[in-house]
Formats: sequence, C-alpha cells, structure tokens
Amino acid sequence: MSTEIMKRAAELLKSGEVSLVLGWRVGDFDYDLTPSKFRTAEDLEKNCIYNDFSAANLSKYLIKTLRKEEGKVLVFLKSCDTYSFNQLLKEHKFDRERVYIIGVPCDEKVDFDKVKTILGEDIIKMKSDGTTVTVTTTEGEEKTIAKSEVILQKCVNCKSRKHVVYDELFGDEGEVLNSHRFDEVAKIEAMKPEERYEFWRGELSRCIRCNACRDVCPACTCEHCVFDNEESGVEQKVASNDFEENQFHIIRAFHVAGRCTDCGECSRVCPEHIPLHLLNRKIISDIDEFYGDYQAGDDVDSIAPLTMFNQVDVEPSIVKSRGDN
Amino acid sequence: MLTLKENQLDAFFALIEKKRELYLPVEQNTGKSEFKRWVEGDKYSTALRTTRSAKNFFFAKSENLYDIEMNDKKVEVIDTRKDCNDFVIFGVRACDVRSFDVLDNVFLADPVDSYYKNRRDHGLVISMACSKPAATCFCALFDIDATSPNGDIQAWHVDDTYYFDPITEKGDAFVEEFKECFTEADDAPVRKQKEETLNKIEKLPFVKLNLDGFATEEKLTELFDRPEWKDLSEACLGCGTCTYVCPTCQCFDVKDYKVSEGKTKRYRVWDSCMYSNFTKMAAANPRLTQTERFRQRFMHKLVYYPIKNEGMYGCVGCGRCLVSCPVSMNIVKVIKTMGDN
Repeated sequence: MSTEIMKRAAELLKSGEVSLVLGWRVGDFDYDLTPSKFRTAEDLEKNCIYNDFSAANLSKYLIKTLRKEEGKVLVFLKSCDTYSFNQLLKEHKFDRERVYIIGVPCDEKVDFDKVKTILGEDIIKMKSDGTTVTVTTTEGEEKTIAKSEVILQKCVNCKSRKHVVYDELFGDEGEVLNSHRFDEVAKIEAMKPEERYEFWRGELSRCIRCNACRDVCPACTCEHCVFDNEESGVEQKVASNDFEENQFHIIRAFHVAGRCTDCGECSRVCPEHIPLHLLNRKIISDIDEFYGDYQAGDDVDSIAPLTMFNQVDVEPSIVKSRGDN
Repeated sequence: MLTLKENQLDAFFALIEKKRELYLPVEQNTGKSEFKRWVEGDKYSTALRTTRSAKNFFFAKSENLYDIEMNDKKVEVIDTRKDCNDFVIFGVRACDVRSFDVLDNVFLADPVDSYYKNRRDHGLVISMACSKPAATCFCALFDIDATSPNGDIQAWHVDDTYYFDPITEKGDAFVEEFKECFTEADDAPVRKQKEETLNKIEKLPFVKLNLDGFATEEKLTELFDRPEWKDLSEACLGCGTCTYVCPTCQCFDVKDYKVSEGKTKRYRVWDSCMYSNFTKMAAANPRLTQTERFRQRFMHKLVYYPIKNEGMYGCVGCGRCLVSCPVSMNIVKVIKTMGDN
C-alpha cells in the first residue's frame, strides 16, 4: 500500500500540482520515522514510508510549512489526523485550498517501545504486516508478536476510521467507532476524591516539564504560549514546588477544552508515559454530558459548545454539586 | 572477587539503608524503571536503563539555592541548604557513570559549583556492567566499556551472583564497612560474561560510526555552516525531551519564586537549549530559529565540549534520545549526516 500511495504523491509532485509533500521519513530501524518534507519524487519514493509505525500526526506541521512555502502542500492524514486538520481549519490556521490531502487507511499503529519491552531491546529490524510484528535481533534471531498486543495507547480506543476531510482516499472509507474511550475516565471518576488525587499526583510527579505534550498538540497553536513567557510567573521550566508543577497539565487540558479532538499525541510522546489523554477525555465526556455529544474536528462550520451561550446551558451549580461527591 | 548471592541482595540493601540513603532502579507501574529511594519490598530492576538518567542525583531537576528576605530596607540572604546525607546509588550503567565525568568537567571546574560538589562528595556510585546491550546503545563509540563500568565500585550480575570490585578509596572504605556481606569467589564467570558482552557490543549498529572531524577546531566553522542542519531540524518540536532525558545535558536556569511580600525563593531548574527563551538576554534569545537551537545542542556535544575537554565527547551513547524523541530525530542521525559515514 505504501508504494502505491507514494507513487500517487510522486505523480502530483511531478505534475506540479503540489510543490512539496509532508510525510514520514525512514530512519535507522524501520520504526523510527521522522515527519519530513519531500520536494522531489525521487526522495519521496525512496525515503518516505507509510506503515504501522507512521503514528505522528502531521496536521500541525501544516501551519509552519504553509507560512514558509509557496504553492500547494500535500499531506498524508490518517482518520484521526483529519479531525485535527478540520479543527485547525476551523481556527483559521491555514487555507484549505493550499492543502492536498491524501487520506491513508489506518487500522491502529504499533508502539515500538512496547515491542521492545516485551521482545527485548536488541532489535535492529521491526516489521508489521498488519497482524503480526516480526523483529530481528542483533544476533540475527527472528521473533514475532501479535500486533494486537502492542497497539499504541492512542489507538487502543480508536474513535473513528472515517476520514472527515480529504481530497483523495486510499482504501475503503471507515466508520465512526464505538470506542469505549470513556471507560477509563469512568474508572477514575469512580475513585474517592483522595484516591483520585493520589492517582494524579503519582502520575504527574514523573513529569520532567519537557513540554513535548504541548509542542506536539495540534490544539496548542498559540503564537506565544503563556508558559514560554518568563514574565507570566508560570514559565515552561519546572516550578519551585511540585504541586504547582502538577497544575501545568490541568491548566493545559482546560486551555484545549472543546478543541481537543482526542488524537492522543500527548500521551504518545510523553517520555514518562503519563496518561495525559485521560485529562482531555474527562473534559470531552463532560462537554458531551452538559451540552450534548460533540466531537471537535468533526466539521468546520458548527459552533463549538464552549464558544456559544444558550439558555438551556447547564448552570454552574451542577459543577459544584458534582464536586461535592 | 567479592561476591554476594542474589537472595542476599535485599538484606544487603537493608543494611546499607540503615547507614546511608540508598537509591536504585525499580520498575514503575508503567513497566519502565526509574531510580528511587529503596524501601523494604522494592525489587532491584535489572532493566538496561532507566527512563531518566542518574544525573538527577548530582544535578537535580529543581533545587532551592537560597531565600531572600527583605525587611524595610534590610536584605537578608538565607542559605537554605539542607545537610546532605551520605547516599549510595546502586546499579548505575557505564554510560551514566561516564556522564558524571562529563558533568564534573563543568560543575567542578573553577568556580566550583558548591551545591553540585556537596552532592558529589556525599554520593557513592556502585555501577553495574551491562550484559544485554540494546540496539540503540553506542557507548563504545565514545570508548566507554559497558563491561567495566567504573564508579566507586564496579559490579557484575552473572546468574544468581553479584560480583563487586572497589576501584576508589571511597569504594574500598565502603566494602570494608560492609565486609560481612561479601564472600570471596573466583571471577572466571565475570571474565566470561565480559567477553560475551563485548562480542555483542561489537555487532551493534552504531558503535563504529565515524567521528572524524567533529572534535577539531579546524572543522568547526565548516560544520557550523553546513546546510543539512535545516533539514535535520525541520521536524524538531522544540520540546526539551532530549535534553531532559540526556545524562550529560547540564544547562540550568536560575529563577525566583515570590513566596510572599518581601520573601523570595531563588532556585535553579534544568533548562533546555531547545527552548525559545533559553539564554534570554536583553535582545532576546540569540538563536532565533529552531534550526540554530538544534544545531547548538549537537555542536555542543560533538564539537565545543570535546574541544574544551581534551577530546571527551558530551555524549555517552546511552540511547535515551533515540528512544524518547517524539519525532525520532537524534544524535545518531546527526552524526550519520554530518560525519563521513
């Protein structure tokens, strides 16, 4: 499939319809792909690949790419990435006309770190055929594991196989899934307040304030983040006490509330494996409950619940009464 | 060589903890290991590496320096340093042990960083030889021998036995103090393991990369001006993951926290050259683009640092950045692109 996709993208590049392609560049181990620009058909066909390790969401790169580059940019988007794309469009981050989207089929990505944890760290080759992941060790030994056991966290509760926006689609169109993505949230909600506090303190205490979650997040597109402003008193580096430190993630979750599409990139990139997506999901589940089901990025026209006032909106008292539990 | 059976390890830890603070890698609920203070019931993790390096013991993520109190027009500076207890770090890999040398060159050079030195003086390092290197390991590229990991006491784990070899005065004093824990045994199994591991290391993909031309002043400007920096850095998110998981990244910022009117806490925190407000001066960060920031990090490790430190590189080949970078860009890809590989 990757070869066909790249062939098509190369055609568009050669014909001049697009001036560059945003894709995933091959690395040293098959799995260590880097988001990259491809300007020639030759580079694209040789070094760009779409496989079970193409987890990175490329939509955010469009913002800076379109500012710097002339012409039309081709981007490969998986179904979840298309929601991010739409949300960025809704926020007027770039012009739709300047992007050519090739929708690429996705049936969950592989967490290479998980594979290494289970099969060992001496892996020099890692391939996935869609059902089985096969690795080769430095000693030349081959080992396999079922793909279902090493699914990337962000794909475990895949919300949709449907591409909500594209110019061209490879594979069959998928559907919105019954993801059960709020089950984990429900578990945390069911905890006693003290338990819940301990849970999050435990998770967030590992934070090293690298800001990767923010920097990768397609909803975090401020020109100058408040956490980068040393005048703000809440600068990006670690705070003087760890409680203040823990607040960073909660503040960030609130800041992207109603705009987070639940793409899961925050948890994917966290070097400390903090389940940050659960904070966002909690807010998404509350928005659904208070204002009716809403999926950010589903479209570009609707008015988001948190940016609109309606007389039937919930009163703040409901929040308070829930807080008493 | 001094030995200890695996089933005596916890008793050994309990004994150390009676007299010192003991830190070692323990598996977390994430399945990954991190250094933590040992408590009864903690099991020593033999994982190849901890997610975070061991630099935190000497160069802490966040550290209070002093308080400043102002009453009327009188300013008082209060040293808030707590007495540092003697502590032991057990299970440090060779790459992390070398990183302490890299940090020493910075923090112990004149003027000596007394906060760092204090921790260094109170810490004792028991290293642990590697026997199952990862494909992302490349310490051998920097002449680090993962099978003779240095520190105050070197250790090996072969089958059900731990072997110990004190190599500093501090190490000698420590084994003398805890001599009732050890028994003498032949070190043939250690020699065998070393040989087998060195064979494995030989086959790792990055241990023979070509570093020619990096650590020399002659090539500095040429490397600095190479056009490839732009492509290499284009995916960089500008986050600080690589710098914070890196055992040798040593930059910090000094910040003030206003506790209350007239009372300020001055503390230092890890900083990252990848950040837009790093080394911010009156005229802003001198490195305006991410490409320049990205270049700085690698030029520092591969060019500036070794030039200033008799050829010692500012990278120890632990491979953490290879594992943790959100966009899989790392020092190996830089060496491959910029070097003659």
